[in-house]
Amino acid sequence: MTTRVIEGSQAAAHAVALCKPKVCAMYPITPSTHIPEELSKFVADGKFDTSFIRVESEFAAMSACVGASATGVRAFTATASQGVALMHEVLYAAAGMRLPIVMVVANRALSAPINIWNDHQDTIAERDSGWLQLFCETNQEVVDTIIQAYRIAEDERVLLPVMVNMDGFTLTHTYEKVDIPSQEEVDAFLPEYNPKHAYLDPERPVTQGPFAFPKPYAALRIALNEAVNNSKDVVKEIHDKYAEKFGRRYGNGLIEEYKNDRPISIVAMGSVCGTIKGVVDQRDDVGLLRVRCYRPFPKEEIKKALEGKETVIVFEKNVALGMNSGAMYSEIKDVLYELEKRPKINNVIGGLGGTDVTMQNINNFVDRLKEADGKVELLRGDPNE
Amino acid sequence: MNNIPAPNELLAPGHRTCAGCGAAIAIRQMLRAAGKNTVVCEATGCMEVTSTPYPETSWRVPWIHVTFENAAAVASGVREALNRLGKEDVNVIALAGDGGTADIGFQCLSGMLERGHNVLYVMYDNEAYMNTGVQRSSSTPWGASTTTSPAGKVSHGKDEWKKNVAMIAAAHGVPYVATASIGYPEDFQNKIKKALSIKGAKFIQVHCPCPIGWGFDTSDTIKYAKLAVETGLWALYEVENGKLRITYKPSEFKPVAEYLKGQKRFRHLKDDEIAYIQERARKDYEYLERLQSL
Amino acid sequence: MTEEVTTGGVIYEPGNSAKTKTGGWRTFRPNFIHDKCKKCGICVKFCPEGIIEIKEEGAVADMDYCKGCGICVKVCPFQAIEMEVEKK
Repeated sequence: MTTRVIEGSQAAAHAVALCKPKVCAMYPITPSTHIPEELSKFVADGKFDTSFIRVESEFAAMSACVGASATGVRAFTATASQGVALMHEVLYAAAGMRLPIVMVVANRALSAPINIWNDHQDTIAERDSGWLQLFCETNQEVVDTIIQAYRIAEDERVLLPVMVNMDGFTLTHTYEKVDIPSQEEVDAFLPEYNPKHAYLDPERPVTQGPFAFPKPYAALRIALNEAVNNSKDVVKEIHDKYAEKFGRRYGNGLIEEYKNDRPISIVAMGSVCGTIKGVVDQRDDVGLLRVRCYRPFPKEEIKKALEGKETVIVFEKNVALGMNSGAMYSEIKDVLYELEKRPKINNVIGGLGGTDVTMQNINNFVDRLKEADGKVELLRGDPNE
Repeated sequence: MNNIPAPNELLAPGHRTCAGCGAAIAIRQMLRAAGKNTVVCEATGCMEVTSTPYPETSWRVPWIHVTFENAAAVASGVREALNRLGKEDVNVIALAGDGGTADIGFQCLSGMLERGHNVLYVMYDNEAYMNTGVQRSSSTPWGASTTTSPAGKVSHGKDEWKKNVAMIAAAHGVPYVATASIGYPEDFQNKIKKALSIKGAKFIQVHCPCPIGWGFDTSDTIKYAKLAVETGLWALYEVENGKLRITYKPSEFKPVAEYLKGQKRFRHLKDDEIAYIQERARKDYEYLERLQSL
Repeated sequence: MTEEVTTGGVIYEPGNSAKTKTGGWRTFRPNFIHDKCKKCGICVKFCPEGIIEIKEEGAVADMDYCKGCGICVKVCPFQAIEMEVEKK
C-alpha cells in the first residue's frame, strides 16, 4: 500500500489497473476523461498490460466491453452523462446477458441544455437497467469500490455489471490523500475472472444473446430480477471482506449511518454527504443516512435505519420529471409505507448541473422542512437559499 | 441423437428462415469456407432471429448477438479478448444485414475498420429491412418498391441509388474488401478464405436475394442472384491493399430488364425508368473497370 | 413457478434447433431422380437448409427439414430433381 495525494480520476485509474482488466474500451467525455488519459499513460509506459481500444463512441465502448466480457475476460470502461445515455441500449443487454463489466461513471447532468457539471441524472436514468450502482463519497471510496466491484460482479451468485459512481469534478478533479493498495494485496483479494456461464470458445460453442419468445423472455427477465435482488447480500459480504483486509469500511456496504440516532434524518448519495456530515456535526437534531448501494436498493436496511424518525428529508441530485420529485424520494416513500408509524417525509432536489450545495443550504432546508410533510423543494443554486 | 442432421454444416437445420432464403445460403457458404475455428458476432436481423429462438440455436460455432447496430464493436471486443487469451488463431466474423451495416451499424463498422482489428465483417445484403417487413434501407436499389418507399401514382419506388458500402469500406484503407454473390459460391468462398488469411480488418458484401421482400418464387433465389451479376447490376470484385480487381465479368451483359421484370418490387417500372437503370449500371461498371486499370 | 432458464439466456447445446422439424412447412417436395443424378453437388451448395447430401445413389435430402422452396430443382443442370405436391 502507498499513500498518495492524487486526483480522483488518477486514483480511479490506479484501482482499475490493479484489477488487471484485459480489455479497456474507452471514449473521452468530460468529466471522466482523465481516467482514460491516465490509463493510456500506464499502457504507454508499459505499466498496464491490457488491450486498450480507443473506440469511436461510448456506444461502441460498452459494445466492445460486452464482446470482451462475453469472450471471458475482465472488461472496463468509464464515461459520464451523454455517454451513459448513448450506452443505454447496450447497458440493458449487458445486464440481461449477465456480463460482469465494471464501469466508472463520473456523474454529470444530462442535456438539454448541455452542461458538464455534476448531478446524478445520468445514472438515475439507468436505474432499471439491471446494473448494480454504488455511489461513492470520497476518492478513497472510489478506489476501494472499484476493487470490490469486480469481485461482486464476478461472484457466481451475482454475474451482473456494476457502475461505480463518482461525482464529476467534485471527485474526479479533486486532489485528495488516497491509499492505493499494492498489486499483491489486490491479487490476493480479487481472483482471476474465469467464467463458467459465458465465454466464446470454438472448443465449446455456445450461443449468447439469443432471441426469446414471450414465455422464455419473461422467465429470463424474472431470473434477472432475482439475481439483482440477491446481489445485495454479496455487496455487503464483499464489502466486509474488503474491510477486514484493508481496514476501511463504508457503513455496512449498502448504507452508511452518521449520527443517525436523531429525530431528523437526511437521506442522500455521493460527495454531498461530506457536506451534510458537516451540518450534522453542528446540530443535534439531524443525522445522515447515506445510500451507498443504490441498486439493488437496500429496502430492509433503509427501513430499519429510518424507523422511529420524526422527519425524513431525501436530498437528491436528479428530477423525475412528471413526478415532481426526485427518483429516490418515491423509493424511500415506498420503503416507509411498510412502517406502522410513518415519519414525515420531504424531498429536496439540489446540485442540478453542478450548482453548489452549501452547509447554509442544508441548514436552511432542514429548518424549513423539519415540521413539514410531503413537501418537495427544488434548489436553484443560491448559497443562502 | 445418434444421427446428427446435416453433420457437416455449421448452421444446423431447424432454423426458421423463410423457404428459399438467400441469407441462409450466404451464411452456410460463409461457414463452410471459414470452418469451425470461428466466432460469429451477429447484429439483430433476419438470420439472428430465425437461428436462435431460445432455448434453441442453429449455430455450431460460438455466436453472440447484442444489438442491431453494434456487431462491429462487439467483434472488436471479442477479437481483443481472444488475443488476450492466446487465441489469435480463432477467426472473428462480424455479421449483419444491409440495415445493420449500411444504416444503423455504419458508425461501428467505420470505427472497427479504422482501428484495424483482425476481424472479417460480412454484410449479407438483401437490400431492405426484411426482418421488419421490407422497409427501404440505404442499400435498397433505385426504383425498388418497399413498404416505406412504395411505388404509387407519383412514385417510382426508392428515389436514391444503392449506397456503395464496399467502396466506402475500401476507403478506410483496410487490406481486403470484396463483393460477392450467393450465386457464385466458389468466388464468395475464395474471398472468405482469402480475407481470413489476411491480418487486419476485412469487409465482404454478399448479395443475397430475398423471395419475400423482392417478390419472386422461392425456387428462384439463385436465378436472381446470378441475373444481378449477369446484367452488371451487381459486380464481383475485390480490393486488395488498394488494388481493385474484378473477379468475374460476364462475357456479355444481359439487359437489366431481365433481372428487373420478374421481381414484384420492380414491376411498376416504366421503360424510361428501366433505361435509366440500364444506363447507370453501364456507367458504374465502366467506373469499376477504370479503377481496375489504375 | 418460474421456468428453468440458463444464466443470461446462454444456449449450451450447439445446433439444437435440429429438434425442430421444419419439414412440416412444406406444400411441395423435391423428388430426386437418381437415374439422372450426376452427383455434381450443385444442389448441396444452394440449399438454404444445408440438408442435401450426395450419397452413393445420388443426391438425398433430409425431408425432416426440407421447406420445399424448390431451389434445388432450378439449379440442377440435369433435371434430376422434380417438384411434386406433398401428400400428407
